[in-house]
Amino acid sequence: MLEFVLFVLIIVVGTWGELCLGRAMKQTGELERFRPAAMASLLYRALQLKWIWIGVTMMALAFFSLLLLLSFEDVSFVVPVTALSYLVGAIGGIFFLGERVSPQRWIGISLVCVGVTLVLIGNK
Amino acid sequence: MVGALQTRAITKRMHTRLHAKTYFLIAVMVVAGPVGNLLLAKGMKQVGEIKIWPLAGLVSVFLRVFGSITIWAGIVFLIAFITAYMLALSLADYSYVQPAAALGYAVIAILGAFFLHEAVSPLRWAGIAFICAGVSFIRGTNPRTTGSPS
Repeated sequence: MLEFVLFVLIIVVGTWGELCLGRAMKQTGELERFRPAAMASLLYRALQLKWIWIGVTMMALAFFSLLLLLSFEDVSFVVPVTALSYLVGAIGGIFFLGERVSPQRWIGISLVCVGVTLVLIGNK
Repeated sequence: MVGALQTRAITKRMHTRLHAKTYFLIAVMVVAGPVGNLLLAKGMKQVGEIKIWPLAGLVSVFLRVFGSITIWAGIVFLIAFITAYMLALSLADYSYVQPAAALGYAVIAILGAFFLHEAVSPLRWAGIAFICAGVSFIRGTNPRTTGSPS
């Protein structure tokens, strides 16, 4: 049960946190040059945005859940299961960021889901 | 006619550059992410029993966790990962970046088996293989479907 709750926190809350970051980074504009100054300025602009902070808070929560889970589970089990975040990410990408998800990408996501199922069965 | 061809050539060059930058950032993510997770797992197995209740237990756990050099090393790698991730997100779609970076999920299983001597069952390997297959399917799609931010 604890394991289930921790996985939900990592996958759902963590992915929503990332979506918030994605939303914020689209507002900052593109990275034009690979120079430290340009990267620093982009990050500085990003830190002014509300969505960054919401995202960071959610990701911090997911991070502590990950630490707790890693204290008693295999890393080669925990990390592949968190791959379920593709599914959450694609759904969020559509509804939250207005992205389109191609049929090919859906096939990929389905394969990932099959993989996660096998990993889960393999742990019993 | 010539104008159209030129425009197309410029667009193609821009796309190539967009891809090159995105791929570089993804390469950083694929290495730094799994190494970071590996170090976290190693560190968390070293800190001993985790008790989050009563509050004194939580404080003790917190001090032990953040007093560990291994945990901090893991955090440094994950910061490198997240920096590359954020920069990649400014270039390409979230639902493109995330799956492409997922190759790291396979790397972590190999690292876990090798360095932490985790018993990776055949079913777990099979599952990870499916995850990689899914990733390679996703990789061929267009990096950006929303308009260019101005």
